[in-house]
Amino acid sequence: MAEMNTRRTGKSAKAVVAADRTAGADKTRAAAGQTAGTEKSDAAPTLEVKNLSISFGGLKAVDGFNVVVEKGQLYGLIGPNGAGKTTVFNLLTGVYKPDTGVILLDGKNITGRKTIEINQEGIARTFQNIRLFKELSVLDNVKVGLHNHHRYSTLEGILRLPSFYRVEKEMNERAMELLSVFDLDKECDYKASNLPYGKQRKLEIARALATDPKLLLLDEPAAGMNPNETAELMETIRFVREKFNMTILLIEHDMKLVAGICERLTVLNFGQVLAQGETSKVLNDRRVITAYLGE
Amino acid sequence: MTKNKVRIQNAVTYGMVVLFWVVIQVMDKTGHLTSLFKGLLVPLCMYAILAVSLNLTVGILGELSLGHAGFMCLGAFSGAFLTNCLETAVPSVGLRFFMALILGAVVAGVFGLLIGIPVLRLKGDYLAIVTLAFGEIIKNLINVLYVGRDAAGFHFSMKDTTSLGMDKETGVVLIKGAQGITGTPRAATFTIGILLLLLTLFIVLNLIHSRTGRAIMSIRDNRIAAESIGINITKYKLMAFSISAALAGMAGVLYAHSLSTLQASSNNFGYNKSILILVFVVLGGLGNMRGSIIAAMLLTALPELLRGLNDYRMLIYAIVLIVMTVFNSSPKAIELRSVVMSRLRGGAKKEVA
Repeated sequence: MAEMNTRRTGKSAKAVVAADRTAGADKTRAAAGQTAGTEKSDAAPTLEVKNLSISFGGLKAVDGFNVVVEKGQLYGLIGPNGAGKTTVFNLLTGVYKPDTGVILLDGKNITGRKTIEINQEGIARTFQNIRLFKELSVLDNVKVGLHNHHRYSTLEGILRLPSFYRVEKEMNERAMELLSVFDLDKECDYKASNLPYGKQRKLEIARALATDPKLLLLDEPAAGMNPNETAELMETIRFVREKFNMTILLIEHDMKLVAGICERLTVLNFGQVLAQGETSKVLNDRRVITAYLGE
Repeated sequence: MTKNKVRIQNAVTYGMVVLFWVVIQVMDKTGHLTSLFKGLLVPLCMYAILAVSLNLTVGILGELSLGHAGFMCLGAFSGAFLTNCLETAVPSVGLRFFMALILGAVVAGVFGLLIGIPVLRLKGDYLAIVTLAFGEIIKNLINVLYVGRDAAGFHFSMKDTTSLGMDKETGVVLIKGAQGITGTPRAATFTIGILLLLLTLFIVLNLIHSRTGRAIMSIRDNRIAAESIGINITKYKLMAFSISAALAGMAGVLYAHSLSTLQASSNNFGYNKSILILVFVVLGGLGNMRGSIIAAMLLTALPELLRGLNDYRMLIYAIVLIVMTVFNSSPKAIELRSVVMSRLRGGAKKEVA
């Protein structure tokens, strides 16, 4: 490893050393992989979707959908109402099984897998209409997200064995850490349904991040928010990307938010990809404007 | 902070049960217990266990089940069967009772799992109807079941005693169809009942406040979201359902050992019994274990204690039902309760100061 480092060019060696200082060998390897990726661009993208289609009865809800989301990218999926954006999310997370097409996550084929398996592979999502565990506390909402990463058996839980206390403590610490990122730590004892709307959205993102995903899907995160809340949300999404080095794919109608944070866009219309590319180019595309505003 | 709150709440629940036991013991020693009330003590514990266990399915898992009496029936019969079977092999009644409790819980739990696999695909009213049917099926099957034993081993029949075809000299009929099981030793005491209630509370409360309990409640609150963060819905639904069934089976064994004759009649294990248990759960509050115990004990004791009032008995029972519902569910009543509680607490703090 050391030999490799010395052979590297100045910039990437610095990156590796920085990563080494902050985290263990795992992260070093990841950072090395990433720099190699940008140099040769041969590493698999975080998400690659090819020719994805599904029909409901005679309606082709999604037709030949393609997308490539690189690691660390903030990618936007937009389109008029009923274009099939949420259906794409439901296909990616295994709620629906696609008729045709392939979904690759980090180069691994996850097409047609079950929702819980796909989550364990590393895709987490939020919902258009908030779906929190209303009767549970804010803290418990995040702890449910940690379910598969911090384990003890049911029997250990009932008998209150030492592993119960140890793992619960870990979970509490990790959950509070996540909550403080979203400025929710003071409300950790609140019932989730008692939070104000904007904070419920944040809690949903925190819960999704608790499952430690590779790819985060946000379904209209700014829906129902006022301009101030939207601006704050933009900051939060940017912050999440930086802090967790997260790859994010989001659906949004708020063009200010989309233009503000997304690097690349895909526009869907009647289930088909209308335009794809860099945000500024796509938003000025005549076909996109027509689709949104009419002739 | 929440953690401490939970601990205090749980301690109050355990404390309440222990206090009840102490009060009854003192009343018994000082001769204040009527024979009528003494006869009620074991059923009180049994109904409290049933209510707490059903609350796990209805309040925590959020699925309406009307087959609880069926699981209780399974536990009662398998437990009583074991106690009678081992009469010669294990002379100690206490040990046999203990083994019967375990067997009853296991049998009911396994059946809970088997029935749960097809049934838990349904939701709401449909699930209620199907569980109700399963409860009745269990009861009716046991009602026509004949089991006997002779030197050659066990004999089963669904017709009558003679069709068992047993050796006349050594044959003993253990389960006599509609006549049920007779001669079970009446080993169930109030103290054992309270211990089993505490055990039930221990299992249910610790389950709720653990990783598993959170997963179960997340399914109740939002199935789609739970699935999206990797919670195995089927596994945790089945787990809650079968633990609930196993505890009901245990209550059934307790019941079987408080009677000399156990029959699978509609009166004992019919759907009315399931609905009665559901009434305790709903009145006590969904997900509220302490409420379930209080409701079960009050509503079991009340009709018996009011026997002297003859015709007015059911009238008062109805009024109590209404008052409890209002007290538990009406927003104004809840507000009033919290005001009174905070005043009481404030007063207590001032006294300390």
